[in-house]
Amino acid sequence: MSEDGIDKDRRRFLTTTATVIGGAGAVAAAIPFVSTLLPSERTKALGAPVRVDISDILPGDLKRVSWQGKAVLILRRDEEALNSLPGLDEKVSDPDSNDSEQPDYAKNQYRSVKPEYLIVQGWCTHLGCIPTYARKGEIAEIENWQGGFFCPCHGSRFDLAGRVFKGVPAPLNLIVPPHQYLSDSEVLIGDDSGAA
Amino acid sequence: MNTLIKLLYGFRDWIDDRFPLMQNWNEHLAKYYAPKNFNFWYFFGSLALLVLVIQIVTGIWLTMNYKPSADAAFASVEYIMRDVDWGWWIRYMHSTGASAFFITVYLHMYRGLLYGSYKQPRELLWILGMLIYFVLAGESFFGYLLPWGQMSYWGAQAITSLFGAIPVIGEDLTIWVRGDYVVSDVTLNRFFSLHVIALPLLLCGLVVVHILALHEVGSNNPDGIEIKKHKGPDGIPLDGIPFHPYYTVKDIVGAVVFLLGFFAVVFFWPEMGGYFLEHNNFFPANTLQTPEHIAPVWYFTPYYAMLRAIPDLLGGALVMGVALPIFFLLPWIDRSPVKSIRYRGWKFKTALAAFTIAFLGLGWLGIELATPVYTNLARFFTVVYFLFFILFPCYTSPVDSLVARYYRAGVKWILRLILAYLVIDQLAVMLDDKQIIDNAFLGFVSGYTLLVILIEVLGFYSLDIDKPVPDRVTYS
Repeated sequence: MSEDGIDKDRRRFLTTTATVIGGAGAVAAAIPFVSTLLPSERTKALGAPVRVDISDILPGDLKRVSWQGKAVLILRRDEEALNSLPGLDEKVSDPDSNDSEQPDYAKNQYRSVKPEYLIVQGWCTHLGCIPTYARKGEIAEIENWQGGFFCPCHGSRFDLAGRVFKGVPAPLNLIVPPHQYLSDSEVLIGDDSGAA
Repeated sequence: MNTLIKLLYGFRDWIDDRFPLMQNWNEHLAKYYAPKNFNFWYFFGSLALLVLVIQIVTGIWLTMNYKPSADAAFASVEYIMRDVDWGWWIRYMHSTGASAFFITVYLHMYRGLLYGSYKQPRELLWILGMLIYFVLAGESFFGYLLPWGQMSYWGAQAITSLFGAIPVIGEDLTIWVRGDYVVSDVTLNRFFSLHVIALPLLLCGLVVVHILALHEVGSNNPDGIEIKKHKGPDGIPLDGIPFHPYYTVKDIVGAVVFLLGFFAVVFFWPEMGGYFLEHNNFFPANTLQTPEHIAPVWYFTPYYAMLRAIPDLLGGALVMGVALPIFFLLPWIDRSPVKSIRYRGWKFKTALAAFTIAFLGLGWLGIELATPVYTNLARFFTVVYFLFFILFPCYTSPVDSLVARYYRAGVKWILRLILAYLVIDQLAVMLDDKQIIDNAFLGFVSGYTLLVILIEVLGFYSLDIDKPVPDRVTYS
């Protein structure tokens, strides 16, 4: 006890513990406030990986699905399409996909897990427009068009592996989203956990 | 009549016994002494306050009819424009007010640059003002998404994508900010909340603190002289006049003239040729179709031009992220004992002129499409913008202290090395392309020469010589 009847040690102890406990409480209370800003269960469900049946895609055809609000393009390529790719190495700006975004398992000659199926995001790497699929010869202005994707906004062109041609506004190849094959006829887009 | 007046005084005294009414009235209005030599530039503080009131009142009314959901937002704005009585008037006041806010605030800040209002003892006042600017920028960014037009949507998409440039946590941070994988209904809802509750509260609080800080240190003036140094026997500054009625009346004149222009825009040019309301925003947001040309509203274009001028996204975001906070340093990098531009040397005037041109130039370039020539011009202006701050301690250093000398020497050699590297790098590119003399080369040479002159002359040629500051305020 000090002279004026105030126990300063006791007071300091109480102040410190109250500050520490109160501070911890404030920090703990901040967690839910930060967490509510994360995607909700509904948002996550809407953005969850999607299962796609690919057995009904005929060779040379394209299927569009939506994943996380963005379009995903699934193209079934035939032998001729696959054989045309090496010949375009000179015309595309990043033939080996060194700069573009794709999972390691799709960083190969065909930019896909199974050579037959190309799975890319329908999101032009220029300004995010959706490229359209143009079959062989469908773009008459381009000499010897082997087929690929054409962005209507600013005329960017991509080959049948989503590789961007030289001299167009888009800087990078189309993005390959994470995906894995569940069976021969079904692919899961948005999740590659456990995949090779 | 006499009894009525007595009754009113009685009521006032009744309040005064329970609340410091007269004390506050005197402290902030009737007995707040402001320098008697305020000029045109001193209108913009009170005008910014007027715009804040307009934004809050019209905002409350807009919220009564607006629906913050991706399905209903665009239609509810059109509903306000077409079906609500006078809804168009309220909305055009709010959209014009957004631009008016930035016009008044930019001029208010420029006044601070001209007359050294950020200098001792007003450092904290300046910092509080900068914080107000940041909150205002956030407020306008969040508000811009609400009409849910094409520009709203893709502007928000682009700006939130900038978080993605941050290494490691970027992707997750972007999703956290949006609350979704792309800008969506969720994002719109939270931006609405921030726009109508969080930031306005913060803004009003900061404005009150800004004014309290101002009234603690007293207003600066075009001469940059502290009027508190010369007080009469009654303790009142000799060059001060009571804010009320003198400056309240003066500010009312300013407000009337301002409102004439403001309502001319509201009634006749609410879109202002696409600068106040962008044409693409008359199309509802389409998540599957990007507009051909995404440009921010005019008040952010200087910083958007910087972002685009840097080839690397992270680098651009960093430059943009530093360009505004660097203003916080002004009170300390300005070494001159003189506040007002009236008594500063030619070097500060030249530097401020170069900065002004660079800022306006960047603002213009941010509106235009980025061609290679414009991109190079934007890079040049960005360099000038930052040189203004980096060289500040060099050209405003009449007191030749040891620290100042070391700083000058350090900056001098670092800048010279950078310049030398630039020349070698550029020459290598030119030789590689075998285009020794073409327009790009001439552009590089002229821009480079200008930079060298600016740096050498402003930074190192000699110390700035300020003029003698008079003892008492003047009326010029």
